[in-house]
Amino acid sequence: MVATEVRKIALVGNPNSGKTSLFNALTGLRQKVANYPGVTVDVKKGTAKHNGQSYNIIDLPGTYSIYPKTDDERIVYDVLLNQDHPDHPDGVIVVADGSNLKRNLLFCSQIIDLGIPVIIALTMHDILEKEDVKLDVNALSEKMGVPVIPINPRKLTGVDELKSNLEKEFKNRPEPIYQSVPLDPNYLVEGRKLFPGATDYQLMLYATGADNENGLPQDAKDKIQALNKKYGINFSALQGKETLDRYRIIDDIIKSSIDDSRRKPQQTTEKLDRILTHRVSGPIILIAVLFVIFQSVFALAEYPMMWVESGTAFVSEFLRGNLPGGWATNLLVEGLVAGLGGIIVFIPQIAILFGFLTILEDTGYMSRISYITDRVMKSVGLSGKSVIPMMSGLACAIPAIMATRSIENWRNRLVTILVTPFMTCAARLPVYALLISVGIPNIKYFGFINLQGIVLLVMYLLGIAMSMFIAFVLKYFIKVRNNSIYVMELPIYRAPRWRNVLVTMYERSKIFVVEAGKVIMIISVILWLLASYGPADIGLANAGSEPAPTTEMTETTGASKELKSSFAGYLGRAIEPVIAPIGFDWKMGIAVITSFAAREVFVGTMATIYSVDATDENFQSVRQAMMNDMDDSGNKVYSLATVLSLLVFYAFAMQCMSTLAVVKRETKTWKWPIVQFIYMTAIAYVASFATFQLFSL
Amino acid sequence: MKLNELKIGEKAFITGFSDEVRSIQLMEMGCIPGEVIHLISRAPLGDPLAVMVSGYKLSIRKSEAVNIQVKPMSSENISIPA
Repeated sequence: MVATEVRKIALVGNPNSGKTSLFNALTGLRQKVANYPGVTVDVKKGTAKHNGQSYNIIDLPGTYSIYPKTDDERIVYDVLLNQDHPDHPDGVIVVADGSNLKRNLLFCSQIIDLGIPVIIALTMHDILEKEDVKLDVNALSEKMGVPVIPINPRKLTGVDELKSNLEKEFKNRPEPIYQSVPLDPNYLVEGRKLFPGATDYQLMLYATGADNENGLPQDAKDKIQALNKKYGINFSALQGKETLDRYRIIDDIIKSSIDDSRRKPQQTTEKLDRILTHRVSGPIILIAVLFVIFQSVFALAEYPMMWVESGTAFVSEFLRGNLPGGWATNLLVEGLVAGLGGIIVFIPQIAILFGFLTILEDTGYMSRISYITDRVMKSVGLSGKSVIPMMSGLACAIPAIMATRSIENWRNRLVTILVTPFMTCAARLPVYALLISVGIPNIKYFGFINLQGIVLLVMYLLGIAMSMFIAFVLKYFIKVRNNSIYVMELPIYRAPRWRNVLVTMYERSKIFVVEAGKVIMIISVILWLLASYGPADIGLANAGSEPAPTTEMTETTGASKELKSSFAGYLGRAIEPVIAPIGFDWKMGIAVITSFAAREVFVGTMATIYSVDATDENFQSVRQAMMNDMDDSGNKVYSLATVLSLLVFYAFAMQCMSTLAVVKRETKTWKWPIVQFIYMTAIAYVASFATFQLFSL
Repeated sequence: MKLNELKIGEKAFITGFSDEVRSIQLMEMGCIPGEVIHLISRAPLGDPLAVMVSGYKLSIRKSEAVNIQVKPMSSENISIPA
């Protein structure tokens, strides 16, 4: 057998098997996210180098079987089965979890039977050693017919051996493991006429996959379907028999390679679970964990936030002092720097939140959260599988909505997509934090419980409650059609991979700043234009006069008058009658309008409005400006009622164009994003109205 | 006997399934006829069940568990206080 020149390698395996760690170990920093539109998991591509040779490695989504149940798993199916797929590999590395070989080998054997060269990378053998199980790697390799290389990606052992094997060991066409595919031999003969060179198993996969979108050209699919009809193929019967047969073969293979007669199973996970999933202590611990996370996000981030605030003020002063006056400097300082500062100041909170979410996932506790809450989710017509996307909505609705692809049930998936934006996302954090620090007094109870923190927690709970409530309501509007199972794995507990946590914190913050930042920058500039120039500047009627400032108070009001006669002012005043009943004034009106692009723009808008407002001498930070803002009768603009009303509005309104774009992509129609926009804004208005009127009494 | 009828701590052999379509997915997750399945716990509200099978710990809803047919292991029925 001639070793084929290997260029493209695919990395596959069960979820939680250590596949991603191996990918990182092989590619180091030479990786990027591949362009697979609309996929939840990051399909990563990277390069590995060894002995002057370069290999392109693609990290495919983890799956238990080649038969896809979700859209992510379909990628594995498409890439491996379709030889014309641009990412179809020359060889496959199957990552197998050695501590639970049986199920991992099922998938391994399916891949081997596809006829692509395979190497098995065996992970978790340290667990085997701890449990006193002896695994004969050579025997296993012989029985499977492919090289088996034990690796530990975290410690990088075995990885070099794997790399040197990439060239030598990738032989042509391994022997199929599942020899007697349960198809009529005549079917196989006719099938091979359509697909010359295909293995028996490939033909079987074509047979069972013919009704689905599997990337094959339509005429090929038609021919297969004709064949299927001719031979009376029953897919589920075939699949069922295959699975059972494979397990029988694998049983034999395992018996001859493993000696677990003296196995001492690990107790740690069980002991932890006894407490963490206990009927009483489980939910209590869960609530405590959530409480800690939210208090941390608010309190821990306090110091970095202050630094960023003073840093922004410093930069602004510096620029003003050193650059010539004029519109360009104004644009820079009041439009760009102010807007940007208002966004960067919230990176600490976002990073901390994402850090916690990653830790929850890495340790395995996230699945316990799904387990504990499954029954509650069932009562609103969803399953524990919706908990993770919804929880991700606490960071950002965009990846959360993409994460719903793992929900096989289309109806549940749609509902989850519709309610997730109610979850308090990170973009609302800047808005909440600003409003709370302006309108809620900084009181501490019992010396450590912060009133502001409590209000933040209440806002979070409000979002969660509304999403559950809407899901419940949708139970009666969007009917259930049940077809796939709600079985979930509870992996062993593991220490979090701290490097992974830090990388995620950095990447997610970067995404937030860069992607939200683009929108915010553009809007900041437009806003600055709208707020600095008015109808008078382009020769329209109602030229606003510019009163000469005398005292400090008058300075601010003078500039404020200027703002009122700008385009923005006119627009804000135009919608004032609509938003007055919910306690908003024209400045908030402008902010609400611009926030329909992205919620956190509210902060940038406020920054721009108030720094445009202030004169050269005094740079006031946004918070101060808002707190000092008085209306014409000398009352605080940001009264308790108004602040609460604003908070409630931002909790429920659909104010994120990116979310709507993702919803459109996932539901493949404009219908749902439009519906979502309408009902969310309606709920926000009604709730704000109720809140404002209530607290104005 | 159905899986959800086991007591906490009880072990049993999987003998079959009463739903063909779901059976494949269950088997792919490790619920294979002939394997020992061990009911570890029930979630705080009684549903879903946490079981140990083929070396994996899985969370299975009661409504799915009724599809899995089991035969209790005769001798070792250990009852762990729930």
